[in-house]
Amino acid sequence: MSEQFEKKIKDYVILPLFGVLCFMLLWCLICSVTDNLPNPIKMWQKSELFIYEPFAKRGEMDQGILRFTGLSISLVGQGYLVALIFGTPLGFFLGLSKLFTRSFDPIIQILRPVSPLAWYPLGLVLFELSPEPSYFASLFTISVCAMWPTVLNTAVGVRAIPQDYLNVAKVLKLSRSKTLFKVLIPATLPYMFTGFRLSLGIAWLVIVAVEMLKGQPGIGGFLWDAYNAGNYSLVILCILVIGLVGFTLDRLMSLVEGKFKTA
Amino acid sequence: MKPYLEISKLNKIYPTPKGPAVIVKDFDLTIGKGEFITLIGHSGCGKSTVLSIVAGLSDLTTGAVVLAGREVNAAGPDRGVVFQAPCLLPWFTAYQNVMLGVEQVFFTASPEERHQIVEYYLHVVGLGDSMQKYPSELSGGMRQRVGIARAFALSPKMLLLDEPFGMLDSLTRYELQQVLIDLWKKDQKTALMVTHDVDEAIFLSDRIVMMSDGPEAEVGDIVRVPFARPRDRREIMEMPEYYELREYLIEFLNERSHDRPSKMNPRPAFRDPEPIWSKINEIQKITA
Repeated sequence: MSEQFEKKIKDYVILPLFGVLCFMLLWCLICSVTDNLPNPIKMWQKSELFIYEPFAKRGEMDQGILRFTGLSISLVGQGYLVALIFGTPLGFFLGLSKLFTRSFDPIIQILRPVSPLAWYPLGLVLFELSPEPSYFASLFTISVCAMWPTVLNTAVGVRAIPQDYLNVAKVLKLSRSKTLFKVLIPATLPYMFTGFRLSLGIAWLVIVAVEMLKGQPGIGGFLWDAYNAGNYSLVILCILVIGLVGFTLDRLMSLVEGKFKTA
Repeated sequence: MKPYLEISKLNKIYPTPKGPAVIVKDFDLTIGKGEFITLIGHSGCGKSTVLSIVAGLSDLTTGAVVLAGREVNAAGPDRGVVFQAPCLLPWFTAYQNVMLGVEQVFFTASPEERHQIVEYYLHVVGLGDSMQKYPSELSGGMRQRVGIARAFALSPKMLLLDEPFGMLDSLTRYELQQVLIDLWKKDQKTALMVTHDVDEAIFLSDRIVMMSDGPEAEVGDIVRVPFARPRDRREIMEMPEYYELREYLIEFLNERSHDRPSKMNPRPAFRDPEPIWSKINEIQKITA
């Protein structure tokens, strides 16, 4: 028991701390060569204010770090939701119909690798007449970029439904809607959630690019603003926060995903 | 014997790049109401193909399947199918798995009546205490019990069983054979089962249909099982006829299944004295 506990401490506390230490050393090493980059202590002093008052709002581009993060997460959440709403049915169609796959798979494969930086201007053009073009363009960019893992994983999941389950539906002569809700969707859920998790990761990647382009308040906009102001400590702070949030979101999604995997 | 299920001149042909592959050739079989028929043959001989065509899960190329006066051309709950793997939906409990079909078939019944049907059949197969368990919490034998309950609960015209006990250990297999035969007796069902277990075929069936090896699988021979019901496994195993019949079936599987029946001698070398069931069989063939 205690041996196991010791191993756990080693695996989950000591070794990760060792990794962090190495990272810090590398950081300090780079700082000693160049003057541009603040060392960890300097960085902390400069960004203290944003951490100690995480929800403060002193100005449009001068807010607490969690306030910025919250703004970004809210935008990502909206774009992500749109991605799921469009992506899941699209994945189902792709998985169910060969005709549909043959028709639309090529165009999907071509659109999939397009960078968020390329979608954003298109979004601005598309939503030019809307009350808030930059907001809708951001939403558009996030959902278009984040949609693909959901689409493709759902399609794979539908194709991977065991023939046995389909036979059960046939033998019981279940109606179309019953087949969908009682057989197809539950059988595809594990794949769908893998797609959802990957999509969320991409949505979070895209937000920074989108906010940088438009300079919106949010973690990405703040980062770009700090860079323009020459405040590199805050750039590093933003990078760390973006990483931590991305990691947390991914963990949360894998918890949900794991729930469905056991079924 | 009034025919209940008629399979006539059934052919299953797959087109392949090298020309059509005949899987099942001119398969004829007539089953009376309440009969228990078993198809035996080597794996891959096409016996499961015949079953899945009768189930409506696979299309026939030529020929016809008529069940209770109606041609079969699609799957439907009038035929209860027990698959080799229990095929339970893992996101539903045992109860919900059975209920799914019951809702479909007894859509005019009240929820209370449906509940009673599901509960009754799960009780009969011995799962009274495990109704709310998920398939992952059940053993292989218990899952197949749910599969059997699901098939019977639909109150089908006919039961189709595709090697239902093939994946179970022999003790569980014996138990489930008993569960099956009791339910079959009680509900007066007509059953068509596929197996490669000779003892299982003898214990359960009224008649055993031997299929020759595929491709171009066809009916090799049909024997009637002479034991009165209800059968006691140990009792029938002590009868001399049991071993004669068993030998005959195994000999068929080992030797004759490779021959084309059309090219076979009308009655192959058969040990003396000729067992009674082959005579019955002869008579039946003539009268049929």
